[in-house]
Order: sequence, then structure tokens, then C-alpha cells
Amino acid sequence: MSEILTVDGIDAYYGEVQVLRGLDLTLQKGEVLCLLGRNGAGKTTTLKAIMGLVAVRAGSISKDGATISKLAAHEVPRTGIAYVPQGRRLFAEMSVEENLEIGLMTRRKGQATKNRVLDLFPLLRSRLNQRSGTLSGGEQQMLAMARALCLEPDILLLDEPTEGLMPSMIARIRETVVGLREAGVSTILVEQRVDAVLAIADRVAFIENGQNRETLSVDELRQNPEHLRRYVGVN
Amino acid sequence: MAFGPYFLLATLEGLVTASILALTALGLSLVFGVMRVVNVAHGEFFMLGAVLAWAVSTAFAGHPAIGFSAALLVAPLVVGGAAFLSERLVLRRLDYNPEATIVATIGMLYIIQQLALTFYGADARPVQAPFNVRIQLPWFGYSGYKLFVIAAAIIVMLGTWLLLTRTKIGLIMRATQYDRETAQAFGIPVDRVYGGVFALGAMLAAVAAVLVVPTQQAHYLMGRDPLLLSFIVVIIGGLGSLRGTLVAALIVGLSDGIISVFFSPTLAKMLATALVALVLVFRPQGLFGVRTR
Repeated sequence: MSEILTVDGIDAYYGEVQVLRGLDLTLQKGEVLCLLGRNGAGKTTTLKAIMGLVAVRAGSISKDGATISKLAAHEVPRTGIAYVPQGRRLFAEMSVEENLEIGLMTRRKGQATKNRVLDLFPLLRSRLNQRSGTLSGGEQQMLAMARALCLEPDILLLDEPTEGLMPSMIARIRETVVGLREAGVSTILVEQRVDAVLAIADRVAFIENGQNRETLSVDELRQNPEHLRRYVGVN
Repeated sequence: MAFGPYFLLATLEGLVTASILALTALGLSLVFGVMRVVNVAHGEFFMLGAVLAWAVSTAFAGHPAIGFSAALLVAPLVVGGAAFLSERLVLRRLDYNPEATIVATIGMLYIIQQLALTFYGADARPVQAPFNVRIQLPWFGYSGYKLFVIAAAIIVMLGTWLLLTRTKIGLIMRATQYDRETAQAFGIPVDRVYGGVFALGAMLAAVAAVLVVPTQQAHYLMGRDPLLLSFIVVIIGGLGSLRGTLVAALIVGLSDGIISVFFSPTLAKMLATALVALVLVFRPQGLFGVRTR
């Protein structure tokens, strides 16, 4: 596998508070990389920095060898990176269809893309005119992923997609991520549920204090479970 | 006159006030709702529209309708251009910081006002109505032009509603309003949207001003009252809510018309201000406003 995304020693701040401190990360083509770490470690900020939503003051981020950390935030999705934020961040006052239209904003042939995405999430097809804020938590998560997939990304950034969902919906989200990997989409997943991580990730990066302390394959992690206790606080 | 004719006259006058107010406040509401910028200079864009209407309409000889039509086209475009320029040169450089933009738009208010004083002068000047027709109602005759103002405001409001709800531009504006960060994550160039919204807001104020100058006079200090009343409407109706702006403008405009006729204009202003206070205490997002990120 070759690298599709390289995060090279980035520093990022919220105001004057430094959150990322020389963070390094690589994402291989077609893999699921999971970021694990305690609350406040810098996982979400890493995703936001990749999306250009948090300014990177030092270091660089490149996709397929081209630097993207100098791009304006609205230009990053056009490079083929899509983001599903924590808490879904749907446009709650808009309909399901309008949310998908937002996802299609950068596409020229939107209808075909929309049909493909709705084939992945057929439930949404019957809810196109429903206000998205009235969907259940699981349906909202589906819509958040569908909206991101409307960009036809080759990299998908998922921030705690299973948060607050019932088990059947979590399984559905996992299936979708696995299916996307088979379709060649590379994914960075921020996830608190270790069982979910072990089930779908190829590699795990442990984020602590704004740095990537260690990156292990899932097999290596299974053989060295003490990493989970050290970085995440679970047995 | 008996109660009925008085009431009808007061209602019509209130509707004219509400129409102008709705257009002006809608501009302020869009800017406030989408950009989170309190545009203290909004009333000056209104004034600029009126002053330009005088300048353009007097430049055309012949039937007043020609000059008025040209003013209705040119004044909003020039005001929109000026607003776009000031957004690029000032607000964008301040990164739309809420406190800094208040101070900056206060500065813009004085600059626009003083420029108008310098180049237009201190005199109030009339603009001729495009037509002079009286519509005969059962009890009295009423200005056909004022009825035209109500109709024109309805058409512009309807156009704005269609723009916001039925077009891609409207979708982009609403997405930016609800969640700026997520909008960017889907490729929406938020700062360009801000430039467009600021220009559109100023253009709506200018359209309202062009419509109103045949019934008032253009003056370099005429922006103050529309600004204050627009703030009242926006607070009551809810930020960025077109429906809220319309309803609040009708409440304020009609109460101003009716209460002024039957009681006193001061009481009308007192009630509007009391309503603002009540809304701020019990429903800070306004009657139809939505909480945004």
C-alpha cells in the first residue's frame, strides 16, 4: 500500500492554546486508521486540521504528495477528503434532500452520485423531504455519512460515528466503513469504542497531548493490549 | 369620519410603513443571521439609496416614471457595490469579529453620512412619484403610489423568499447561516458568501429607500429611524428569519399606523419597545428565530 495522506509535524492552536504539538500521521491507500486517546488528546483537532478548519501554524499536510495545509478550508473537500463531524452537525432546519445537496455542492453530475449514495442508505430515500433535525440519532448518522459520501471522497474522516447509537445502528455503521474500505476509500476514524476499533481498523494511532505517541497494527495491538490501558485507560 | 374610515386609513398607512420596514429589516436580518455582524451602518445604506434615487431621477428628463425606474435599478446596484467593497476592505480584514465589526460599522456610518453631507448637502429633496393616481375607496381617495409600494415590497419579499428556499444560492446562504464550519467542510466559500450577503442586505435597504422617497424626502440624516426600527423588527422576528421579519414588521408597522392615529405616536413606539424587551427576556432568539452554532 502507498501513502495517500501524510501529516508531518503539525502544530495547531485554538486561539493561543496549543492543541497539536508536532503531530505526525500517515494514512495508507484503502486502510482504516483509528485514532485513539483520552478526551482532549487532540483527535478531533487532528481531523479539523486536515480539513483546514483549524489553522496549521507549523508542519504540513499533504495528499497524494500535494500540500493541502495551505489551502482555504472550502478548497480541501475538492481534493477528495470528506468529513463527518462529531455530533453529525447536520443542517437540522433543512430537509434530508437539502443536506445531501450541500454534500453535492462540489460535484457536477450530482444526481448519479446522489442515487449511488441513496442506494447505500435506502432508508433516506423515503425521508428526502423530512426535516433532518427530526430524524432519529441513527438516521441522522446515516445522513451525515451519506452527505459526506456525496463528495465521492477517497479519504473519509469520521469523528465518533457510533456515539450514542443503539447496537444495531453501530453494526450498520461498521458495515458501511468496511464496505467503503473494500471500495478503496481510506478512512481515519476517531472512536472511543475499543471493540469497534478492533473490529474494523487496520492500524491504530495513539494520540496523547497533541502528539502521535505510537502507531500499531491491530494485530500488534491485540498482542500488546497494555497500550490501551496506557493511552486510553481501558483494560 | 367615523371609526371605520379612520381604521382603514390607519391600516393602510401602517401597511406602507410595514412594507418599507420589512424590506429594510430583512437586509439587516440576513446580514445579522448569516454573518453574525451587527451592521450599524445599515441605515446609511438606506439613506444612500434615497440620495442616489434623487440623483438618478433628477438626471432624467421627461416622465417621472423613467427617472424613478432608473433609480430603482441603479441605486440598489451602486449601494450593493459600495457595501461589497466595504465588506472586503473592512469586515473581512477583521475576520468578522462581532465586537470589532460593531465599531467598524459605526465608523462606516459616519463616513457614509459625512460623504452624503459633503456631496449631496444638508437639504431635504423630493423625488417625484412615478405616477400620481388616486384610488377611490368607499370613504376616501388613497394614493395609488402607496398601494404600489405595498405591492412592490410584497414582490421583493417573495423574490427573496424564492431565492432563499428554491435556489442553490439560497441553500448556500442558509447552510452558512446554520453552521459556518460545516458549510466550509462541504466546499462552501464562506467569506465569498459573506460578501454577497452584505451586498444583498444593503441592496434591500436601498430598494426600500427608493420606494419611500416619493412619499418622504431624501435627506442625509434619514437613516437613523429605519436602523432603529429594523433592529426592533429583527429582535422581535428572530435573526435571519424571513417569516419572522415579515410578521414583526407587520406588528410594528400596523401598530405604529393604528395606535398613532387613535392614541399617539409615542404610545406606538413605547409598545414596540416593550415588545422587544419581552421578547429578549422570554424568547431571546425571537418569535421565529432558530438557535445556530
